[in-house]
Amino acid sequence: MNVPLIVFFALAAIAVLGAISLILQRHPIHSALSLIVVMVALAGLYLLMGAEFVAAAQIIVYGGAIMVLFVFVIMLLNAGVEERTSFSSLAKFAGLPLAVALMGCLFAAIYGAPEQVQIAAQAGAPAPTKALSAQLFQEFVYPFELTSFLILVAIVGAMVLAQRDSKESHL
Amino acid sequence: MIDTLTQFLNEHWDLIISLVKIALLVFIVLTVNAYLTWFERKVVAHMQSRWGPHRVGPHGLLQPAADGLKFLLKEDPTPNGVDKFTYYLAPLMALALALTSIAIIPFGPDPLIILGHKVYLGIVDLNIGLLALFAITALSVYGVALAGWSSNSKYPLLGGLRSSAQMVSYELALTMSVVGVLLMAGSFSLRDIVNVQALHAERGLLAWNVFPQILGFLCFFIAAVAETNRVPFDLPEAESELVAGFHTEYSSFKFAMFFIAEYTSMITVSSLCAIMFFGGWLSPFPLSWTFSHYVPSLILIPFGLWVIWDGIRYETIFGRIILPGVGTVITIIGAVLIALPVVNEFIQGPFWLLSKIFVFLFIYVWMRGTLPRFRYDQLMSFGWKLLLPVSLANVVITATIIMLRGH
Amino acid sequence: MIPTNYYLILSAILFGLGVIAFIFRRNIITIFMSIELMLNAVNLAFVAFSQAWNHLSGQVFVLFVIVVAAAEAAVGLGIIILIQRNRQSLNVERVDLLKL
Repeated sequence: MNVPLIVFFALAAIAVLGAISLILQRHPIHSALSLIVVMVALAGLYLLMGAEFVAAAQIIVYGGAIMVLFVFVIMLLNAGVEERTSFSSLAKFAGLPLAVALMGCLFAAIYGAPEQVQIAAQAGAPAPTKALSAQLFQEFVYPFELTSFLILVAIVGAMVLAQRDSKESHL
Repeated sequence: MIDTLTQFLNEHWDLIISLVKIALLVFIVLTVNAYLTWFERKVVAHMQSRWGPHRVGPHGLLQPAADGLKFLLKEDPTPNGVDKFTYYLAPLMALALALTSIAIIPFGPDPLIILGHKVYLGIVDLNIGLLALFAITALSVYGVALAGWSSNSKYPLLGGLRSSAQMVSYELALTMSVVGVLLMAGSFSLRDIVNVQALHAERGLLAWNVFPQILGFLCFFIAAVAETNRVPFDLPEAESELVAGFHTEYSSFKFAMFFIAEYTSMITVSSLCAIMFFGGWLSPFPLSWTFSHYVPSLILIPFGLWVIWDGIRYETIFGRIILPGVGTVITIIGAVLIALPVVNEFIQGPFWLLSKIFVFLFIYVWMRGTLPRFRYDQLMSFGWKLLLPVSLANVVITATIIMLRGH
Repeated sequence: MIPTNYYLILSAILFGLGVIAFIFRRNIITIFMSIELMLNAVNLAFVAFSQAWNHLSGQVFVLFVIVVAAAEAAVGLGIIILIQRNRQSLNVERVDLLKL
């Protein structure tokens, strides 16, 4: 029972508890806070695996930008506590068993994999940021430029969607 | 018994020394925060031709203690209708994040050798030190936004939204303005950034990063002042505008937590400026001028003598006892540095870093005393339309020059 | 050290919890957050495999997934704001008719 294993179980427990809290909380702002907890726990797990740049990017982009966007929208739309509406019967009776069945399928796939996947991996050797950026800008430069274009499209789209038109009242 | 104790110490040395360093650093940072409030009130007062606090203890030096006591003993009401969990979470988050960022800052170069083990100055030296600091800055937006929203009141909501929008906007300029330094250093680690500046230490002052990266430094400093919500970017918490912005509904200890978080982030930003652009713990004198090693003593001894002289003529009896005592201690420290060269060599690094941090804190307080504040739309257009393009231009220019030089 | 299995099991659990949240919540924003949770679970699997095979392209792909999630969040939240403006409700069951 060495220290990395203890740290792994602690972070995993925090992540799972955060996800369960996301399901069970009634106010969307509390769900958002639980999701932030999950993301920070995952960043800790990435650090444990040695992926330091990805951990920092996860906190800066996901935790510091995307979730801020969610929190702003919840505040500005004044989203309140969820009202109790009736579920469709399909969701109520088939939803949970099917979700559990999905998890079961994934577990079966993981345990049915060849032995090489299941062995202990190379212990958290830190991935140097230089090597990662070399890969990003040499092998993956075309997807990189495409994603920058994608962000531009998303910016323009979000601005067009959310602006208030004084000329027409309905879209 | 002593044997098992020494064996236990030797085995778990890293853990124990880290815990001791953490406790020491938290204590020092909180004390510096308290006296930073005193310093700010005194300096702003003298800039406005008045005295500032000078009754509570000699020269008002016990004012922070009085303020701390007030914060602890004041009534702590919770407004009606607040979202309890978020209301209590917001100041905790702000304070925790601000104090965490102190852990990444290195305070000196060489390791200290205690009982045969190396002890580095600074709690940890991360490979991604600078990125981790930006991650913490990114998360501190939540403290402000959640505080404003959970207070269930108009002014805090507006103040919180404005403040967090400002912080998110200037975050981009902040991260971009630092990329020039990163390109020159080739690493995110703060220790490496200083060591790259130390490669040309024989030039002293001229080896610092601020001269090639003057544009980056200006962008970084302005963006950092906006990040910490200080004058001239403090519209969201200005009294005449929004009562007190996002911390209107907070009182006593929770307000103190926001306060400490703000001053701690000031200290963090000052240390980052010193480390990244001004050589960190490097002396401004060239390496060959060994007489410059006596500068700390040269500053401490006259200062101690002046404190003694001022204390002897002070008005209250308490001041006439305390001030000469403090002055004597300072003079003795200065004399000890001259007498013991080993200690003198060790103290050089931290002394220069602390004096640079002190200069930046003074600049922060100076801006508070002199500059008017930006209007909100001016603030946002300044951040997006001027600061961000300038920092991007800095990145492009730096990258081009490095590529042409073939480094 | 830590077997890759453990990370994959955690990723599967988080993904399943995301699916459950997606099915059982009524607020559009919470449903959107469960999508982000599912994306995060997939990211964890990517990084776990990147460490197992000692190949960096897993981490590069994680960066792309994060960027795509950011773009999707921006546009999705814009759409959610429009829905709230038109139907004055964030309950997904009220968004069930093509015309108001």
